Amino acid sequence: MGSGLSRIDLAGHVRDLAEGLFRNIPSGVGSHRKDFKLSQQDLRRVLEGGAGWAVAQGYGTGRDLEHIEEKGCLPGAQPEAVSARALERGRPQLGSLGSGNHFVEVDYVAEVYDTAVAQALGLFLDQIIITIHTGSRGFGYQVCDDALQLMQKATVKYGIAIPDRQLCCAPLTSPEAQEYIGAMYSAANFAFANRQLITHKVRETFAEVLQRAPKDVHIEVIYDVCHNIGKFETHVVDGQPRRLCVHRKGATRALPPGHPQLPEVYRHLGQPVLVPGDMGRYSYVLIGTPQGSAETFASSCHGAGRRLSRTQAKKAARGRAIVRELEDQGIYVRSAGRATLLEEIPEAYKDVSEVVDVVHSAGISKKVVQLRPLGVIKG
Amino acid sequence: MPGDTPHPDIYEPLSHTGDLGMVAYGQDLPELFAHAAWAMFDLMSDATTIRPQRTVTLSVSAVDLEDLLVRWLSALLYLYDTQRLLCCTFHCTLCEPTHVTATVAGEPLDPDRHPIDTEIKAVTYHQIAVEQIAGHWQARVIFDL
Repeated sequence: MGSGLSRIDLAGHVRDLAEGLFRNIPSGVGSHRKDFKLSQQDLRRVLEGGAGWAVAQGYGTGRDLEHIEEKGCLPGAQPEAVSARALERGRPQLGSLGSGNHFVEVDYVAEVYDTAVAQALGLFLDQIIITIHTGSRGFGYQVCDDALQLMQKATVKYGIAIPDRQLCCAPLTSPEAQEYIGAMYSAANFAFANRQLITHKVRETFAEVLQRAPKDVHIEVIYDVCHNIGKFETHVVDGQPRRLCVHRKGATRALPPGHPQLPEVYRHLGQPVLVPGDMGRYSYVLIGTPQGSAETFASSCHGAGRRLSRTQAKKAARGRAIVRELEDQGIYVRSAGRATLLEEIPEAYKDVSEVVDVVHSAGISKKVVQLRPLGVIKG
Repeated sequence: MPGDTPHPDIYEPLSHTGDLGMVAYGQDLPELFAHAAWAMFDLMSDATTIRPQRTVTLSVSAVDLEDLLVRWLSALLYLYDTQRLLCCTFHCTLCEPTHVTATVAGEPLDPDRHPIDTEIKAVTYHQIAVEQIAGHWQARVIFDL
């Protein structure tokens, strides 16, 4: 999300903002909302409506939806394909951040590489940017668990040889696969609604801490996109347009300029590609290119990728005051779990600038701006 | 730190980029299943801090032994995610390699007493193995974090 704020507006407020975000957004293992309860009927509407459901409840605006992949709602969600277990697991967790590598970050634009595109996206040097990284929470984990059980049988039924049982599968046209797609899209819509609720909390928190009216804080969604999903898209293969199921995992969609699925205001630019780095260094906003569309089915990198396993990271962080180290660099961190923080130390990740440079040089997507963190909340 | 105190008769953690795994040991299958479950809670928290105050009965079926282990651990993870129940004792009965019934005991998460560090999203089938080696059983499980 972009804002109408500059770095100077936050001077002396970053600590309070991080504290406020941490207080207002339920974070950590099994985190859940205490301020509202969803009925089964409501949850069904969430699964069908995605971010649109949240906006209809007053958590956001129509403009937000314009800036979300598929306007924040994947058609084809089938709540009836979702198990009672997934519903039970997901219901209390809507509007929460979760744990692991999920975060909300307050950043500033530290470098601008492409002034024209940055301007068109509404980005400027020293501007305050907020990044949210979370998904479908326990709901999605349970949808996956249920599908894995179903697919164990389907793999045998359809006589598919696989090298690892986690890769169990079924032909896309089979009833098993169709059911899974209906459940997966329900999970995607849960995730869109989840992020929309958090967006709303971010706006409220900024207004509260800075003691300004929400419209003066002017926090607007730049883009919101999935990075672990299978979607049906048309791409050119051997000179012919083909309808494909593209699964992006640890990757994100990067549509080229002119693509009809882009928000109208971005259509001449290409899709904004959000690449978070580790919490101590930087993140990037890139833009989709025709070359990426031709060579990678319109896909780009999603993050830096880990360099150290979680166990190795904890060993490397042992005995260190990580919060203090980051504070000395001007980054204020609040975390629900101490181990999460240790697992997520900056050196646990590859340098995202190297990853982004490769993607940029290969022409898969192009660098627009670099963001640097000021405040981070971790699950 | 969870998983830091070694319990080599019960399990050993496995480091895996991005994720976390374990190898659990048992004299027989019921003990293997009990140890695997204890190990999972020890990776999430510190299993020695959990008191057996509440009892739950579980019955889990699967297509084979490896599937059974994954579903057994998934059922316990579901209890944790929905009821905040951390478990520490597991009395398992396997009548056949595709069905386990168990009485498990534990207590709801108390952040003041239970260090909670690792959120396990899911139990995976990745590199799953349940094997009998020299009269003992061992199982390898990778968790999605």
